[in-house]
Amino acid sequence: MSMIVIKPGMLSSFQDLGRVGYQQLGVPVTGVMDQRAHQLANLLAGNNNDQASLEITLTGPTLEFTQPCCIALTGADLSPTLNGQPLAMNRPIIIRAHDTLAFGARRSGTRAYLAVHGGYKLTQVLGSCSTHMRSGMGGWQGRALKRGDKIEFNHTLKEANLEDLALELWSIKIYLPAALAQNVRSRARIITSEQFHDFTSESQHALANETFRISPDSERMGYRLQGPELKLSKPRQMLSEAATFGTIQVPAGGQPIILMADRQTTGGYPKIAYVASVDLPMLAQMGPGDSVGFEIITLEHAQRLDAQRTKAFATLLKMLAPVRSHILNHHD
Amino acid sequence: MSPAQPKAPPSLPAFKIRAQGDRCLSIDFGDEIDVQTGLFCLSVTQAIRLAKFPGITDVVPSYTSVALHYQPDPQIEDSDFHGLSKKITALIQAGIPSVSTDTREVEIPVCYGGEHGPDLAYVAETTGLTEEQVIAIHTKPGPMVFMLGFAPGAPYIGVHDPVFALARRDIPRTAVPQGSVAIANRQSTIYPNRLPGGWHVLGATPLKMFDMDCTPPTLLMPGDRVKFVPISQEEFDRIAATQSQGTTA
Repeated sequence: MSMIVIKPGMLSSFQDLGRVGYQQLGVPVTGVMDQRAHQLANLLAGNNNDQASLEITLTGPTLEFTQPCCIALTGADLSPTLNGQPLAMNRPIIIRAHDTLAFGARRSGTRAYLAVHGGYKLTQVLGSCSTHMRSGMGGWQGRALKRGDKIEFNHTLKEANLEDLALELWSIKIYLPAALAQNVRSRARIITSEQFHDFTSESQHALANETFRISPDSERMGYRLQGPELKLSKPRQMLSEAATFGTIQVPAGGQPIILMADRQTTGGYPKIAYVASVDLPMLAQMGPGDSVGFEIITLEHAQRLDAQRTKAFATLLKMLAPVRSHILNHHD
Repeated sequence: MSPAQPKAPPSLPAFKIRAQGDRCLSIDFGDEIDVQTGLFCLSVTQAIRLAKFPGITDVVPSYTSVALHYQPDPQIEDSDFHGLSKKITALIQAGIPSVSTDTREVEIPVCYGGEHGPDLAYVAETTGLTEEQVIAIHTKPGPMVFMLGFAPGAPYIGVHDPVFALARRDIPRTAVPQGSVAIANRQSTIYPNRLPGGWHVLGATPLKMFDMDCTPPTLLMPGDRVKFVPISQEEFDRIAATQSQGTTA
């Protein structure tokens, strides 16, 4: 055993980059809401492949570790503490047996990601450890964490010389490439859809210039937006077809919905635009009550930004080689 | 039908490639639901899977289009929208082998009306039919599973009689019970578990649409023919009791 859930927090679930490859059977991809923070947590914890991280929502859990390990915490700042002392985010942290990780007030963001070196010991379902809570599939028993859950890790560290390892890791300067910084923009960048021009010119203008409020019933499946009504020039029924993370669809009521990680694989509502992948992490860190606007960019621009982030992650992976080798030397 | 761009040889349906954001593209083969187009989409889906273009994670057929989810990789040439579009255009123009049309027929027992079918009366009223006529039209043989989507194992079945060309509800229901059989736009779906939904619910089936303990986990597959069979509440209860207790999704 490696981690005991003392308090589960509001919604803490294991997620990886998603259950890809089964969308033709209608199986939702799920996965992390904030891919940037998740991948960062994994790299900082010394992982060189995709391991599930714990996605922590708004109110964090209290977790007691029973064995030494290396963790990294990224994403939302929920005032994390280790044994009551403030805990540094965005860097590898060495954990001793009986350390307790807890969270306090939300300072920024909505979702924090806790990765552990070697990953959590979970059973893959259809190739992924992501939890789809709606269908009880994957992750830890198909559900969010509960008090008393005991989670094992794939690797733990030796007790001996832990202090040395902690010092070695602390002395490594970690430079985050600019493309991996958390975007702070008032407007999420979007790519217009084929149906964009089927919307009234007022609607097109409103999408690119006004702001929308994220409604209280927004969650992992989708964000419902409240704001100017978006209308098609002529009402029309669409055929159901594949849907994507970041699709902005507009039901007949005129209030748009942004499809998020737990989205369905297909949908039949008109789509006005798609959020650029590079700005989905920013949306994932927003929550009910926050305001968001949109800025139209070209597909080419969006793919360039996405490629820059992919390259920056590859650079960071290389940069963190010393972290991985230090940790490997301390494997149990 | 949208104009073809680029133009395909005359033997092929015209097609158009469209970006769905920066990590998905769709190949469109028109905008009318028909079995021939649906089968062609399945053929294209299979050809793209076999081609194994790097970066493609999911190939998802629907009524008149095939969507490719992909992860553009700066290290891999032609893994962005324009590069993939070129590869796909060449693949389709080279000719697509047809998938087998020797498809299964699957019987789906449905208990119509009552608590299982809260919209049967509405559909009868809107279409000017009696409830019995609605059921008779819904149980006509011939509809095909075009795609799965919306939820694990949820089929999109068509094409029903034009009288079922009803728009979805403006405001979807927040919860529709597992097994509900519902129609909209000349299509049927079956809710594999309790889900929000905007289609008109005619009845319910006791069969499980998705079971993680089965391989494949879905009862229906694209290309299957479906025959809805009316059953009584007693029959519904009897079949429900025989369904495995495995994981439902």
